[in-house]
Amino acid sequence: MTLEVCVMALGVVLMLADFWLPAERKKFAGYLAVVALAGLLVVSLSGYGTCSLSGTAFNGMFVEDGLAVFFKRFFIVAAILVLFMAVEFSDRIAGGVSEYYSLIVFALSGMLFAASANDFTMLFVSIELITITFYILTSFQRGRLVSLEAGVKYLILGALSSSFMVFGIALVWGTTGKLNFNELAAVAAQFETNKIFLLGVLFILVGLGFKIAAFPFQIWAPDVYQGAPTPTTAFLAVGSKAAGFVLLLRVLFTAVPTVTAHWMNLLIVISAITILYGNLCALPQRNLKRLLGYSSIAHAGYLLLGVAALTASGQSALLYYLAGYLFTVTAAFTVICLVTRHLDNDDVSALAGLNRRSPLLAATMTLAMASLAGIPPLAGFFGKFLLLKAVIEQGPAHPGYYCLAFTAVAGVVISFYYYFGVIRAIYWSKNVADVSPIVLSGPIKIAICVCIAGMFWLGLVPNTAFNLAVQAASALSR
Amino acid sequence: MTTSILTYILGIPLLAAVLLVFVPGNYRVIIRAIALAATFVPMVLAIKMFCQFAAVHTGYQFEQQITWVESLGMSYHVGVDGLNVGLVLMGTIVAFAAACCSWEIQTREKEFYILLLVMTGGILGAFASLDLFFFYAFHEFALIPTFIMIGVWGRGERKNYATFQITIYLSIGALLALLGLIALYLQSGAHTFDIPALVTYIGAHPLAAKSQHFIFPLLLFGFGILVSLWPFHSWAPLGYGAAPAPTAMLHAGVLKKFGLYGLIRVALPLMPQAAQSWMQILAWLCLGNILYVGWVAMKQKDLNLLIGNSSVAHMGFIFLGIASLNLIGVTGAVLVMIAHGFLAALTFALSGYIYQKTGTLQISELGGLCRPLKFIGVAMVMAAMAGCGLPGFANFVGEVSVFFGAWQAPALRVVTVLAVWGALIIGAVYMTRAIRNVLHGPVPEKWSKLADATDVWRKLPYALLLVSLLAFGFFPSLLTEKIVPDVKLIVQMANPVSEKPGVVAVTDIRNPKSEISN
Repeated sequence: MTLEVCVMALGVVLMLADFWLPAERKKFAGYLAVVALAGLLVVSLSGYGTCSLSGTAFNGMFVEDGLAVFFKRFFIVAAILVLFMAVEFSDRIAGGVSEYYSLIVFALSGMLFAASANDFTMLFVSIELITITFYILTSFQRGRLVSLEAGVKYLILGALSSSFMVFGIALVWGTTGKLNFNELAAVAAQFETNKIFLLGVLFILVGLGFKIAAFPFQIWAPDVYQGAPTPTTAFLAVGSKAAGFVLLLRVLFTAVPTVTAHWMNLLIVISAITILYGNLCALPQRNLKRLLGYSSIAHAGYLLLGVAALTASGQSALLYYLAGYLFTVTAAFTVICLVTRHLDNDDVSALAGLNRRSPLLAATMTLAMASLAGIPPLAGFFGKFLLLKAVIEQGPAHPGYYCLAFTAVAGVVISFYYYFGVIRAIYWSKNVADVSPIVLSGPIKIAICVCIAGMFWLGLVPNTAFNLAVQAASALSR
Repeated sequence: MTTSILTYILGIPLLAAVLLVFVPGNYRVIIRAIALAATFVPMVLAIKMFCQFAAVHTGYQFEQQITWVESLGMSYHVGVDGLNVGLVLMGTIVAFAAACCSWEIQTREKEFYILLLVMTGGILGAFASLDLFFFYAFHEFALIPTFIMIGVWGRGERKNYATFQITIYLSIGALLALLGLIALYLQSGAHTFDIPALVTYIGAHPLAAKSQHFIFPLLLFGFGILVSLWPFHSWAPLGYGAAPAPTAMLHAGVLKKFGLYGLIRVALPLMPQAAQSWMQILAWLCLGNILYVGWVAMKQKDLNLLIGNSSVAHMGFIFLGIASLNLIGVTGAVLVMIAHGFLAALTFALSGYIYQKTGTLQISELGGLCRPLKFIGVAMVMAAMAGCGLPGFANFVGEVSVFFGAWQAPALRVVTVLAVWGALIIGAVYMTRAIRNVLHGPVPEKWSKLADATDVWRKLPYALLLVSLLAFGFFPSLLTEKIVPDVKLIVQMANPVSEKPGVVAVTDIRNPKSEISN
């Protein structure tokens, strides 16, 4: 709990700092937040007292286990990288930079709670904490119409999905009388044939499907990704999606494992359609952020492979893939954020000649795209390999898994086209409009190097991270 | 364990690629020098390794193993036996020749050399790896630069279409093979990606017939697409036609052999029952390569498309050798793999030279080139002769062994007879016709002043490849004495004795060496 309290306190401090900091220094409050979060990360890694591996709090609502610790570290790293990006982005934000930072930190606290949620109340509260801060973060560029439009779209669809979820929770509670995941798991088997109970679980999944942007709840993703300020988009793509996945894992495998086992086909179909939808729709995109929006849908599909496999190896593969996705996607959005600083749009053509303007950014974007496409020796390749392995492992149990593996492979082949398109735009564009060099500040270079190191670390020396993922996933099958 | 020479062979190009990233793009001479050195040193090391390789005993030499992901049974494991020692040697020679031929690239040289070195390191890694994961990952690592090189430095109007097609075909092929390899890992139950360990384990606990019949086709067609097995071959002529010469040399010569190597190394010994039943089908498909694609090659009007088609046709012989599932046939297949590596590299290098000088490869526009281009012309004639399978070139040895081997498999007799036709008649027709139209006859006015390769540097790659072809043609025992012991083991595993006693001719071969090298 200390971690969450500290993060909340940090958010408040950032807000208060706004009163005393002179206007021209406000931008640098972001680094304060980065330093504080980095400190918390180091403390959590060294394991001083705060993270006892099997504690629960608030009558079991809040659980601190391997999975929670894994995700908490994940979220803190994501928030640090996003804050670096936000500092670079600050000149494009009209009002209240400090508020922007503190909202990111509040969203982070919501994610930390989500990582530990072991109760439907906790699940709902953490989801709302994340989503409501994101409504504001999305429409933070008040002067830009697209940003406002994105905010409104996210608000409407988010509210709709939240209402589904709260209705689902009510139905589950109404039929079983339980809200705690462990208690529910003990009685869920009796309600397996209860239609109202099943409907409740389904509604909860609808809400979570919205968070991870899985088909058929993916409609919002491209618009919001395109319109939102770039750091918000990055945090949405990484943090919010991961929060959705940790809750999905908890609900499916801790709360209602018996129901999940029956829904194998549903999960397979959703995963397959999400992969195909994301990849096919990304093909014609010219706007970078929109393209990454569709690609994030496709990646939700790949991640769902790990869920659909219903095994510990699938879950650990999912965690591993998420870790790779974190570094890859943040790297891509950081580059976009820096390149489009003086531009109105985020068209792919903005990248033209990037290798001459800034070789580091060009290399970063190339590596990010290659990792998303799943090319060795980067993180994406090993992650996809693990996911495919988990799915094929289940093949003998159900032939649907083989079809799913083939669909995933088809998706990968399709995705080569648009990822390479981005790389081609960087190095081989015909008409380069702008050749002025891009100046990078020291801190953002650090952030970029962390991302690159992360991609190579997870691709070249996967042993440590893989063991961590396996350990974390083992918390689900206690 | 000390660092294996193989680690240096595959590591040097990759390190040089990283080094090149930090060299400014306008230091052309330095970039080229680094690329040449980074392919030359591995070649020297590979020759040294080839000479040191002890042919007498089977098993892997120059091994090195570093645990990578323990819980999944993955390790960085390199080593060579008779099967891949020749392939690694061939790969390094072709890579050096390709780097030499890269003088034709005039734009964005830095990026080109980086990709070329990445591709080289990936290819050599794939052939040296004894771990299924690395085996695949290195191949994938080499494949991606191919696409980029064709897409960016390619030539012709249909460049984009060709890039698109080759990317889709090869990615699908590679990923199908990946599914097969993962399934193999999972269903073997050995919990290791290590090939020697898998072979030992499966030797003791054979795979269930059902899994064999599921996995084998995945590997056969996955690898088959990568090797342009008919009817999945259409990417090859187009892709090679559009590719810059060094890329075509490396891909057609070396990278393409990955699929064949995978079939022999992984699919045959681990899934013998499925192999037995699928080999009939493979034999008939390979006729598609030999006869149909040979026929298509006869119709070509573009020199590069002709060479591309002939390269696809040659793959048919290798498939036939594999389908025979006996010692002579599979040994022959390995020989053709190596010989064709040199040959394909040589022909694409030569056609690249001609294109560089004339700007066209339309056969009807060329003619009489032997007069202005004396060295290139002679090299071209020799390459064509090698392509027809004339004695004295390494191809002859391999193809003859393949036919001897295939004839010994009773079920393949009809196929063999038809294939010999393809080899002797069709191959000779398109090759000699190409020579007549391109090299002989009156010289059109515009070509009479073409500059030949005169200095040593320009001649080096062609000479190197020709010498290799001739050396292994005159002294095939250099290869066979290394290949035979290991292929014997693989063939024994691929022919479970309890299944069909006496059908296959493993025991009939009394002295394979003398028979192959005549």
